[in-house]
Amino acid sequence: MTIPDVQPLIADQSAGDPPVLRVANLTKNYDLSTSVLSRLSHRGEKATLRALDGVELQLNRGEILALVGESGSGKSTLAKILVGSTAASAGEIEYHGAPMPARRGKDESRRIQMVFQDPYSSLNPRLTVGSMLRELLLLHAIVPPKQVHEESKRLLNLVGLEEDALEAYPSQFSGGQRQRIAIARALAVRPDILIADEPVSALDVSVQATVLDLFASLRRDLGLSILFVAHNLAVVQHLSDRVAVMYLGRIVEVADTAELFRNPRHPYTRALIDSIPRMSAGSVTEAFQLEGEPPSPFNVPSGCRFNPRCPYATDACRTIDPALETVAPAHLSACIRASELTELAVARV
Amino acid sequence: MTEPLLSVRSLSIGVKRGSADPTLIVDDVSFDIAKGERFGIVGESGSGKSLTLRAIGDLLPRGVEVLSGSILYNGTELVGMPRSSRRKLMGPEIAMIFQEPMTALNPVVRVGEQIAEGPRRYLGMSRAESMTRAIEMMAKTGIPDPVRRARAYPHELSGGLRQRIMIAMALSCNPRLLLCDEPTTALDVTVQHQVLRLLEDLCDDSGAALAFVTHDLAVVNQTCTDLAVMYSGHIVESGTVREVLRDPRHPYTQGLLDSAPDFDRPERPLIPIPGFPPNVASRPSGCPFAPRCPLVVEACRTAMPPMETVAPGHGAACIRADRTSRELVAR
Repeated sequence: MTIPDVQPLIADQSAGDPPVLRVANLTKNYDLSTSVLSRLSHRGEKATLRALDGVELQLNRGEILALVGESGSGKSTLAKILVGSTAASAGEIEYHGAPMPARRGKDESRRIQMVFQDPYSSLNPRLTVGSMLRELLLLHAIVPPKQVHEESKRLLNLVGLEEDALEAYPSQFSGGQRQRIAIARALAVRPDILIADEPVSALDVSVQATVLDLFASLRRDLGLSILFVAHNLAVVQHLSDRVAVMYLGRIVEVADTAELFRNPRHPYTRALIDSIPRMSAGSVTEAFQLEGEPPSPFNVPSGCRFNPRCPYATDACRTIDPALETVAPAHLSACIRASELTELAVARV
Repeated sequence: MTEPLLSVRSLSIGVKRGSADPTLIVDDVSFDIAKGERFGIVGESGSGKSLTLRAIGDLLPRGVEVLSGSILYNGTELVGMPRSSRRKLMGPEIAMIFQEPMTALNPVVRVGEQIAEGPRRYLGMSRAESMTRAIEMMAKTGIPDPVRRARAYPHELSGGLRQRIMIAMALSCNPRLLLCDEPTTALDVTVQHQVLRLLEDLCDDSGAALAFVTHDLAVVNQTCTDLAVMYSGHIVESGTVREVLRDPRHPYTQGLLDSAPDFDRPERPLIPIPGFPPNVASRPSGCPFAPRCPLVVEACRTAMPPMETVAPGHGAACIRADRTSRELVAR
């Protein structure tokens, strides 16, 4: 058996065109120690939570990349760092091939915009939709002041809202409409990357579909690159081009959506797929059930971080911390037994 | 036919507003749950599914009350029963699992103690016996190291473990009916899978019936035997899970199925339901789904269609139920 070489992630298929966003070795530590004083006087503890531990990822132009994983895997931390609301502890962020400065100026922060999970708490209840958009358009000088009204109407049309929404307050809208307003707000400053943190999980099923369609059309019509953080794998499968799976602060598998779901090469991805509630199968399947819950990021297991829950773990898995390596064309996995997993075909119904 | 364990008839729940007509949130809902059955109630937010469940458990929020109808549990009328005798049923007969275990558990009492309280009060166990029972229940729900975990406070446990504590608490007195209000919505998909399987196993073992409220049709498909679909306070379709999900007859059920992504059919385009559910205070006359319905005809707007049997064990409240599946598929 030959061990594949460690491939740097910069290997880009669309020749010459650098990815719109690339992160390498991104690490985020949160210091959760008690204060120095209380550590001196009592027996307080020094504790560091490593939310991200060497994340490697790239977002290509015009693609929808989904980021999936359990709570505590670091999905939201990564989203926050990319959008610039939190600083990374270490690692690089490249935007169009050039390093992104640690302190972003107005223009740099404009390029990457975020849509949050809860459209009830992410919109200012005291601003009308019109004044919300006007503020942004003027601050970033997107259009001359005279055209602000026109531009606001264009934004609302873009996200499928009526023009009279300009005069209304967020409380006058339903959840799905509010999420559209949040998207219009993100688009107002003409970003080229949209980071959406669970944008449909707070919405009812019947409106979820319209918001998903909106994301697809924004990518198609505006050429936006979208990082879509989600936990609903059926939604991910429907919308995204590529999927990155996170586990305890690391990316453990990346592949094209169809390839990832047809041919998962990391046992964790496999477990996620087998946990999806299905419309076509009967009672809950036991094909590949994960025991236990994600371990605490305070206490990451040695070796492969997934080994305590992994049904395929061997002694080697408890010592070797596997790197993300190419296992098939455009398919990366961080598992030393990745090649053996191909024999365990995913149950199809 | 044997008598059902729970029989809900013409249940209406609402808010009284002085001398004006009360606002109906749940309107004329009827269903039966047999012994050991797993019954799912599906609907979107505001459909009245949770209030229906809470009415059975006598846990309606302040100001919201049962306006009319009957809830027969094992032949005993629950509506209008004095609160003291009603409370005696909660625990040994009917128990409830909530969506968010962090707010449902007492944050300042150790979890073992919280589980032991039920058996001590209702089964007459001593303190030591009830603690043994609590630890036994924790082990049954798959909590590792239950003796140590029994001494933990809720905040020291993960979401999945807290939900297992609630299940252990609910099942500690061997109830015959378990009410579940979105018990897995707050959990990760891998943990949801574990908790659903656990619920199935425990109900199989103890013979408890399950009333399971959720918005996720796939979860119902995997967990329940029968279901009712609620829309704007009404049950619009009901029957066995197999019948209703394979051959939906109400356009709303069809719409829910069409709008949710199905993991096994990734190529299928999603078809959203246009419009929004009506405000309960100003529900349109006639069928509440009429303004959003692709098959609407004039007659739909005049009277609420009655629930009619469309196939054995399958009812739909739609005057066009006979054509629904055929015409929508043709679309």
